[in-house]
Amino acid sequence: MAEKKLKVPEDFTWRDMEVGNIITEPGNASLRKTGDWRSMRPVLDKEKCIKCGLCWLYCPDGAVKLLDDGYYEPDLFYCKGCGICARACKKGAITMIEEGEK
Amino acid sequence: MEGQAIKFGKNMVPLADTLAPGHSFCIGCGEALALKLACKALGENVIISMATGCAEICTSPLPVTSWRVPWIHTLFENNSAVISGVEAGSKILMAKGKKPQKDIKYVAMGGDGATSDIGLQALSGALERGHDFLYLCWDNEAYMNTGIQRSSATPYGASTTTAPAGKVSIGQKTRKKNMVEIAAAHDIPYAATASIGYPFDLMNKVKKGAETKGPAYVHVFVPCPTGWRHASDMAVELGRLAVETGVFPLYEVEHGRYRMNVSPSTLKPVEEYLKPQGRFRHLPEEEIRKIQEMVNEEYERLKAKAAAFPLA
Repeated sequence: MAEKKLKVPEDFTWRDMEVGNIITEPGNASLRKTGDWRSMRPVLDKEKCIKCGLCWLYCPDGAVKLLDDGYYEPDLFYCKGCGICARACKKGAITMIEEGEK
Repeated sequence: MEGQAIKFGKNMVPLADTLAPGHSFCIGCGEALALKLACKALGENVIISMATGCAEICTSPLPVTSWRVPWIHTLFENNSAVISGVEAGSKILMAKGKKPQKDIKYVAMGGDGATSDIGLQALSGALERGHDFLYLCWDNEAYMNTGIQRSSATPYGASTTTAPAGKVSIGQKTRKKNMVEIAAAHDIPYAATASIGYPFDLMNKVKKGAETKGPAYVHVFVPCPTGWRHASDMAVELGRLAVETGVFPLYEVEHGRYRMNVSPSTLKPVEEYLKPQGRFRHLPEEEIRKIQEMVNEEYERLKAKAAAFPLA
């Protein structure tokens, strides 16, 4: 998507900006990692999952991705760890564990 | 992949997002969810103008943007005026053949402060002139972006930084401004309330509002974990509880005729909605009773209106 070295946002300086502060690529926020905000991590139990998709629907950050096999998996690159998916899951297939635990 | 949309019962939700992830909304933000769902409902043929606020700040922190559709940042005051100009200008350019004929949806978005306080005059003007646009209000009941200052949409009893609860005050002393009624008073073709607790209802209303010829207004209830001081996983739950307790009833108004979308036979006690929120933690028993009476009264009034002027 972006061959341009988009260093966001830590080591981005004014020198990297286009003239007029124009953003040339729509939706380039998707290159930005918001997963490092997380203190709790969702873990999916595929045995309990019925592929209903409610976690995908309710995720405020668009951080649940649909896999080829029909399961919905938390995308830890974006996931901020709010736990809305775990609460929305009727089957209790998603549990929130402390970040750093195995 | 199951094609372009995912099926939930009879509702189809598009897989593609016009709002890219990686935005900087707070953890568990209700507004982020509402915005995501609204963008899915609106699709790609849309021009959005957005007043300053959480949604604007969080989706466009330089040097990145979450937007994959045309998007204009405006001030608080002129949001509706900007979208009016975009709509009128596009119409003229299309009529003159200078722009290809296209069914474009014009959408203005703003927070509750931008809508019910600062941008009200421009919104009223745009509704009155009858521009073909949809106004979406993200109502998180205070100026959350600048640090939880009270707005006219803050409900009675809520503690905010400019209406703090303490020895002499219970927090916000005035009642919430009823923006949907104000919008409906312009006799517009479509005004509605929506909540993130009911995602399909929300998406259908956004879609209906955007497809309506003429001005449409949808007031979206979005819990804010930061400002309301509730747990980060409670936003959707609170969006549902607000409807089930009657604090924020879901209804539509078309040219002054009402339809209740969710009308539970018995309302839950308002305490269930207040309890998970830190901004109501200080409320004594009698104030909660008072809030319950207010909610009951307003709900009865709405039900009476819906019974007297039903939408066919």
